[in-house]
Amino acid sequence: MISMSIVKRKPLPSWVILVIPVAAVFVTLLITSIPIIIAGGNVFKAYGALFYGALGSKFNLLETFVKASPLVLTGLAVAFAFRARFWNIGAEGQLFAGAIAATWVGVYFTWLPVFLILPLMLLLGFLAGGLWATIPAFLKTKLKVDDVVTTLLLNYVMLHIMGALLFGPLQMPGSAWPRSASIMDSAFYPILIARSRFHFGIIISFVAILAIWFINSKTVFGYQSRGVGINLEAAKFGGINTGMVILKTAIISGGLAGLAGVGEIAAIHHHLMMDISPGYGYTGIVIAMLGNLHPIGVALAAFFFSIISVGAQTMSRVAGIPIYITGIIEGVSLMTMLIFLLLTEYKIRWTKS
Amino acid sequence: MINEIFSIAFITGLIAATLRMSTPIILATLGEIITERAGVLNLGIEGTMLFGAAAGFLTTLATGNLWLGVFVAALGGIVLSLLMAVLAVYFGLSQHVSGLGITLFASGLAMFIYRLAVGSPTVPPVIDPFTPLVIPFLSKIPIIGPSLFSQYSLTYITWALIPIVSIFLFRTRAGLRVRTIGQNPLAADTVGVNVNLTRTLCLAAGGALFGVAGAFLTLAQQNMFLIDVIGGRGWIAIAMTIFGNWNPLMGAAGGLIFGFLDAFQLRLQSLGVDLPFHIFLMIPYLITILALISVSRKATVPAGLLKPYRREEKGG
Repeated sequence: MISMSIVKRKPLPSWVILVIPVAAVFVTLLITSIPIIIAGGNVFKAYGALFYGALGSKFNLLETFVKASPLVLTGLAVAFAFRARFWNIGAEGQLFAGAIAATWVGVYFTWLPVFLILPLMLLLGFLAGGLWATIPAFLKTKLKVDDVVTTLLLNYVMLHIMGALLFGPLQMPGSAWPRSASIMDSAFYPILIARSRFHFGIIISFVAILAIWFINSKTVFGYQSRGVGINLEAAKFGGINTGMVILKTAIISGGLAGLAGVGEIAAIHHHLMMDISPGYGYTGIVIAMLGNLHPIGVALAAFFFSIISVGAQTMSRVAGIPIYITGIIEGVSLMTMLIFLLLTEYKIRWTKS
Repeated sequence: MINEIFSIAFITGLIAATLRMSTPIILATLGEIITERAGVLNLGIEGTMLFGAAAGFLTTLATGNLWLGVFVAALGGIVLSLLMAVLAVYFGLSQHVSGLGITLFASGLAMFIYRLAVGSPTVPPVIDPFTPLVIPFLSKIPIIGPSLFSQYSLTYITWALIPIVSIFLFRTRAGLRVRTIGQNPLAADTVGVNVNLTRTLCLAAGGALFGVAGAFLTLAQQNMFLIDVIGGRGWIAIAMTIFGNWNPLMGAAGGLIFGFLDAFQLRLQSLGVDLPFHIFLMIPYLITILALISVSRKATVPAGLLKPYRREEKGG
């Protein structure tokens, strides 16, 4: 019988880390050409349409940035939490919380001076997501309840809170559907490039990338948060108030996801509805892992996913491939990337016995 | 309204619906308990269930054979779990991430295949679903007859599986091996148990149950495939595994409670209770969280859970 074992390999040269993502993307597209062929598509035509649709013209490229904006924020949210081993699978619910807060400000705070509207939306959206994330963090640190499960379950709780609000106090007067009234014009994110949807929220995503990079590498808190993730007991022994660090990490993580929700209201939909997010919170988990929990990695992974999901619409139109290919490509890219990263540190040895 | 709640018809219907709605949760919970007892957390559960729901539905749509649909759903669940085994057992990648990757991949695949098979018709296609199997004589007993003994075959099978899984885990040598691997893989390896192979087999068994749990929703409880048909039931099963302290009897009890809450909120809605129905939909999740809080202090997690097993070897 042949058996497989995995053994450590000698460190590879540092340029390998740059080649890995490219190779992983290539292998992913190779694997996902199988469902494209099964769907009766021409692989080259299909991928051609995908990349043209995402990058082929100025408008398409700007759309890819628009789509990347919420993915960067949820990706950063998850990455920042995972770095401290706070398993936040709840970015989806935190995004809903941010969207609800933004809608509330955008619809009802008409008496507020115009220049205060957006800052208040951002602040309350951040706090709504952040505070919602403190519930699982508190349950984890004080009561030792598994955070994977509580964050997942709380997504559904927030979804139904949103449903109750949309059939109740936030429902647009006269509407039979679960949707809110539109937010006022002064609550829209400004469009920064004419004849496109390139909006202010994209700048916020860039700022968030820099801010998380700064917190991670230049602040005591970022260092403590990492320490809690590497070794909770050692961090505790070293005098870090670990419960407080996890709580603060949760607020920042949930807050970032909340900002993604604010963006969907202020830049894209301009009103709240049940399907405000096509799973951005869950996709953020994959993006965080693909980006190796590093803010720059997250930004690149989010951009890659944005290319796939914007391009898939063109591919679906031109080559007739169902749009759900995006989930397949995203799932396969995650698995491929993880295996490639593993192979940089380990090698597989086959032995006969 | 109080009178209506205590009417015999209401109670009979409520018990019947509780058993029906807890079936997929219990099946999935049993599957997750087997895999976690062997030391693998399978977060691929939600996607695997959706894949089972789609594969089972499409098979039945094409052939008209319900049991063939169930079989294909189980097979699909096994294949996806083998993929999980490659990632999380043989490569030893993070179980959290591998599982979520499987869920993403399997959900995408399920919806992709469904679209390919049926296109985008305005009215989704339907099948002739399972009809309840009315057991002679027993079903004539007042209240419990119509509620307990006119259920779907898959529900009876699920109830039979609860003691079977329990006896397997706690009363057989194979079950002892599984539990040892989950507690202390090194010790199991020392006495000659193939750790990774056993984990793979447990994943496969769990995957089959996830697939069937999904298929129950499209072949029995409903007669069509909708993309949100699972609606977080996989995550509930993960919660029930913890709530049940990795014990099939307790896990099934948790599933039954969840099924009851789900059935109860549906019935209150249909009686026209004046509360937003989303509040009702929220209740099962809130109670699940409260239940997790109440058991968290005495939870005994299998010690080897989340830890890939590699024999120590010198690299080169």
